[in-house]
Amino acid sequence: MSRILVPLGFLLLMFLFWLMLDRIGEGEYNPRDIPTEFIGKAAPSINVPDLFDPSRMVQTADMKGQVWLFNVWGTWCPECWREHEYLLELSKTVPIIGLNWRDQADESRAMLARMGNPFRQIGFDPQSNVAMDWGVYGAPETFLVDAEGVIRAKHAGAMTPQVWEEKFRIYFEKGQGTP
Amino acid sequence: MMRLPEIRMLKILFALLLLVISVTGRAAIETYRFDDASQEESYKKLVAELRCLVCQNQNLADSNAELAHDMRRKTYELIIAGKTDDEIVDFMVARYGDFVMYNPPVKSTTMLLWFGPLVFLLIAASVVFVFMRKQKKNAPVVSAQQQKQVHKLLDE
Repeated sequence: MSRILVPLGFLLLMFLFWLMLDRIGEGEYNPRDIPTEFIGKAAPSINVPDLFDPSRMVQTADMKGQVWLFNVWGTWCPECWREHEYLLELSKTVPIIGLNWRDQADESRAMLARMGNPFRQIGFDPQSNVAMDWGVYGAPETFLVDAEGVIRAKHAGAMTPQVWEEKFRIYFEKGQGTP
Repeated sequence: MMRLPEIRMLKILFALLLLVISVTGRAAIETYRFDDASQEESYKKLVAELRCLVCQNQNLADSNAELAHDMRRKTYELIIAGKTDDEIVDFMVARYGDFVMYNPPVKSTTMLLWFGPLVFLLIAASVVFVFMRKQKKNAPVVSAQQQKQVHKLLDE
């Protein structure tokens, strides 16, 4: 009995291990991913000054009634450079509010001048105050906020056409923020 | 042979070197001032208990990542603002989830984490139990005659 059971158990473990590695390889599973606490909760306020106009604070009250993206980035983040072009393309049809995180204001403005600016407004957050309120732990991170101001989706890592298709596009189809 | 002034110079040089070492050792982590000892104790307890999300196998106290730095600063600010330890842990959990705790709560999603090892222990214990009983059953029966023979052989 145990002569069959033991190798069988071992084979099962091996299979499960292979399954896990395969899913990691396909990018379907990342053991370092941290599930976000914010899906289905009201979006926190973005209580920091604007990157281009430090005299005024970022306003999200007037975003009520439309679906928008909140993108956290920094000039120090290579994945942010990589997603930048796609964000520019998205910004033609989708409102994006940016959060310039842990960065130098002049360098950030220079990067946007050089590469284009996909953001309607950009919060300047060198002290991580807003980033912490949104539970951000890396850059880039993109949140989707619906017409009622509730967070519906989040992606940690660069925004790509594939990610857009899988996680975000559906919320814009009816323009209501509910799939 | 070294003369006395040289030895004295070496001593001073050595003392300076030791100073340099202690300075670099402290440079990695920021220091905070607290109003009283209980606040400092809270801080030390919290940064040891809270987990850095970037370098996932370190607590806030050990990590040198910028996020850990920010989280330590926030912890400090909240302590100074008079928040209790539980309130600060709640603040972090609301933002980063249970993941941020090195001492996760017992609930349906963490059942396997808490009781998995116990289950494995039970499985291992029952396997050993069954194995030992089988060994006993299969042990060869020795007759009185054979017993005598064994003793005789051993005595020789």
